[in-house]
Amino acid sequence: MTNADEQHWDIEIAPHGNLFDLKLRDIWRYRDLLFLLVRRDFVSFYKQTILGPLWFFILPLFTTVIYTFVFGTLAGISTDGLPQPLFYMAGITAWNYFADCLTKTSTVFTANAALFGKVYFPRLIVPMSIVVSNLVRFCVQMLLFFIVMGAYMAKGVTLHMNAGLILFPFLLLLMAMLGLGLGMIISALTTKYRDLSFLITFGIQLMMYLTTVIYPLSTVKAKFPKYEWLVEYNPMTSIIEAFRYGFLGRGTFTVASLGISAIITVLILLLGIIIFNRVERNFVDTV
Amino acid sequence: MAKVIRAENLSKAYQLGEIGTGTLSRDLERFWAKLRGKEDPFLKIGETNDRSVKGTSDVVWSLRDINFEIEQGDAVGIIGRNGAGKSTLLKILGRVTAPTAGSVKLKGRVASLLEVGTGFHPDLTGRENIYLNGAILGMRKAEIRRKFDEIVDFSGVERYVDTPVKRYSSGMYVRLAFAVAAHLESEIMIVDEVLAVGDAEFQKKCLGKMGDVSRGEGRTVLFVSHNMGAINNLCKRAIVLDKGSVYFEGHVNESIKAYFSTNAQENSGRYYNSNLITDGFSSIILKNNESEEANEFEISDDINISAKFLTTLKYASAKISFTIIDHFGRVIFVTENNLNPFLGLDKKGAINICIPNSILVPGKYTITAAIHIPNVQFIELLKDILTFKIKETGSSFYQYINADIGCVFVNCKWTHE
Repeated sequence: MTNADEQHWDIEIAPHGNLFDLKLRDIWRYRDLLFLLVRRDFVSFYKQTILGPLWFFILPLFTTVIYTFVFGTLAGISTDGLPQPLFYMAGITAWNYFADCLTKTSTVFTANAALFGKVYFPRLIVPMSIVVSNLVRFCVQMLLFFIVMGAYMAKGVTLHMNAGLILFPFLLLLMAMLGLGLGMIISALTTKYRDLSFLITFGIQLMMYLTTVIYPLSTVKAKFPKYEWLVEYNPMTSIIEAFRYGFLGRGTFTVASLGISAIITVLILLLGIIIFNRVERNFVDTV
Repeated sequence: MAKVIRAENLSKAYQLGEIGTGTLSRDLERFWAKLRGKEDPFLKIGETNDRSVKGTSDVVWSLRDINFEIEQGDAVGIIGRNGAGKSTLLKILGRVTAPTAGSVKLKGRVASLLEVGTGFHPDLTGRENIYLNGAILGMRKAEIRRKFDEIVDFSGVERYVDTPVKRYSSGMYVRLAFAVAAHLESEIMIVDEVLAVGDAEFQKKCLGKMGDVSRGEGRTVLFVSHNMGAINNLCKRAIVLDKGSVYFEGHVNESIKAYFSTNAQENSGRYYNSNLITDGFSSIILKNNESEEANEFEISDDINISAKFLTTLKYASAKISFTIIDHFGRVIFVTENNLNPFLGLDKKGAINICIPNSILVPGKYTITAAIHIPNVQFIELLKDILTFKIKETGSSFYQYINADIGCVFVNCKWTHE
């Protein structure tokens, strides 16, 4: 008889796992699933529509037109001396990426309960696929942004594109991480407390007004020095300001403020992963 | 043989009732207990899971201290009544949910089919869904590509492979889904009652495929079903769960017997329905030769089914029938008669049916009683309502322990020629 205890086991299912164990090996093994999920999101988005992928253009374009009209023309909010459509479009493009990552991730557990309840795969794959498929969307919207930029330059408007551009990949990463982290925290909590799902749309809207999407940070600094911190310590603010600075040459950010944003983002992401990992194991019973 | 699955003291507790109000305060209380290093206050008061008995606490142990080992290449059936903990066990083995206590160790890749077609997207075509579903079940893209033709061939939906699956008939959907699952290359396969779908021909094909998997390819199969025939066909061993514990574990025939005996605890040789107002049986009682109530008989005893019933005259063509089923779930025979001649003017009737002695072989039996209009409707159907036992009191076959000697004694004429 062989001593069974010496036997090698591949998988051990126990009540409590290691919170920091990200199952990276499993995730690597399921990498094909990640891309198939991205493909599914992309294909099912425009199935049975006439305009198809054009919708990726139409939505931000309309938002820009409306913002230009309401906030720019009607309310007359400063745009740091930039052409209004460009100013808003830069903000919207960046903000949308973050907001889409956040909203989609925040419903991962509730929206996929049927799937998660029947088959095992590393759950982190789903939020990761959301970040990637939103990246595809983001690229399309960036293309639109470049077209509009080109149009303005052709008209003779000088845009001070500068070295801040090298920050772009870093900014993108920060937005993805922040959206993912916050989304995972919320999705983990909504498995038990549905209240949060009502708050999420409202919360994102509120957060947008605390971010420099429709106004520049310089205006807040000049007009409301008392409450300026509220906007400035919002990690998204320095990201968007840096984004505008890189592409359009206007924006108020410091390396320090961006650094603080990065630290907050990493902390939120870590917290998100820990909570997600903890909830993942048993959420099927409470969802 | 090497062990590929080992469960040690596996337990799982569930909270009954609504989750929502009061969850936060409960969570805080739990957290407080944990901080002080105490046991979870809500788990201590748990009790065994018997759905028919109203408990005092709202935490139940769906599984309690389950221990078993499974060897490589075994096909093992998991059987038990509804609520015995089968699905919970599968969910834990399939890593969908974590146990409350204890652990399971597994060796090799695990594919769990708790449902076919998990993750199918209605808008995607059959082809796209094969890839997606395969990836969800843990296949690599290259692996799916290699097996693609085989999968389509097995499913028999070649013509529709580039059509969105929402246009499929439900049968085609299931065929495609099962085809993907059947081509998984995993060392351990965990299958819930997915075979309860599809037409008879396809079910047979699936059963055949599962058989190949365990016998030919040396893979381990865990199979949950209520279909004792399928279990008997596929599995060498079985585990019987009852109220969250392992009730029996062993050879498949023994296990099926044990399963039916867990059923029998609920039933007996009598049935009463004193609240009967409309049509149906008011009582069914088994009696022996001396007209005494009984549910154990000797081979030489007649078995009398004494039934009282109530029905309106509008069912002129109604029949009353009794089905005798043995502990393998095989129907031994049905006895049936027109109901009208037995009906009095007060819409009540009383009958006695005598099953002659020396027909049923020793073993446990159940009786299903029905009042029905043939091929139209069941006025009352009482499944497995009575159980009785024929004791082995020295039939000519008693020397053959565990041999299948069939269902009935037949007094054949043996003559010299």
